[in-house]
Amino acid sequence: MYAFIAVLLMALVTYLPRVLPIAVFRKEIKSTFIKSFLQYVPYAVLGALTFPDIINSTNNYITAVCGTAVALILAYREKSLFIVALGAILTVYVTGLVL
Amino acid sequence: MNRGQTKINDFVYGFKKGTPILLGYIPVAFTFGLMAVGGGLPPLMAVFISLSNLTSAGQFAGTNLIIQGASYIEIALTTFVINIRYMLMSLSLSQKIDPKITLWQRLIFGFGITDETFSVASMEKEKLSYSYMLGLIAGPIFGWSFGTALGAFTSSALPESLGNAMGIALYGMFIAIIVPPSKKSRPVLMIVLISVAINLALKYIPFFSFISSGFGIIISTILGAGIGAAVWPFKEENTTVKEEL
Repeated sequence: MYAFIAVLLMALVTYLPRVLPIAVFRKEIKSTFIKSFLQYVPYAVLGALTFPDIINSTNNYITAVCGTAVALILAYREKSLFIVALGAILTVYVTGLVL
Repeated sequence: MNRGQTKINDFVYGFKKGTPILLGYIPVAFTFGLMAVGGGLPPLMAVFISLSNLTSAGQFAGTNLIIQGASYIEIALTTFVINIRYMLMSLSLSQKIDPKITLWQRLIFGFGITDETFSVASMEKEKLSYSYMLGLIAGPIFGWSFGTALGAFTSSALPESLGNAMGIALYGMFIAIIVPPSKKSRPVLMIVLISVAINLALKYIPFFSFISSGFGIIISTILGAGIGAAVWPFKEENTTVKEEL
């Protein structure tokens, strides 16, 4: 019961920030600054979410650094999300076996 | 073409755009399923978390707290702080969607806004229709729950070393999203670097240690995107930038 209530609370505080702005804001924003800001938000968020946390995402930072390097190379070559994620996982797995 | 046909086409087009996200979510959700069941939650609870939350960092943190037996307030606050960024995304999408989309429709497709569906939707050049949004979110919702179920039900069968390797999957996806546009657009690259630099500073400079990592991400995002918008304002007529975004 505790876990169930906690999950419902989590679902609520995840849902509200998603829908409130889109339900309330109907007018088009004219400001170039705000438009530019909103265009740039996803890159800023994903950058901050990834670094430095990726280094602690496995149980060994050396395997994580190798996985990060492979992910960066695959992404630079514009491979799909799935290939980049898979490349990173396999690299961490293989370097983990060697270390 | 009649209206019904347009709706179906939009849905199918959206669904195709969501398919790479669906595939990318499976290993990440798999990790989550492993983590949740490994921590002592029933497999069905893990699937229910994915189905009702449909988010990565927020539900990972929240589930961790549930496993530790934290209070409701702590769980709700932590999850909320991590998810505040969705307000920025939702606000951004509110500018891109067809203004005729009704309140109910907004309340429905709003559920499916994630870092990845938002990124894909923001790169579309046309106004976004309700059918497109439904198509876009359908695959990722399925992939997230399905991957969680796979991870939850196979958690005991997997060698520990492979389980550890899955932890990087989520970040690999993030890298796959940010690197290609950073390669093509100097402003995007600079914004990513500024945001990461601020996040590192907040994390490792002892003076800022009172700022939680969730707030650190919010501050880094606002400063990174804010500095970017001030220095490299995005111009409507500049279509090359638009293509990259």
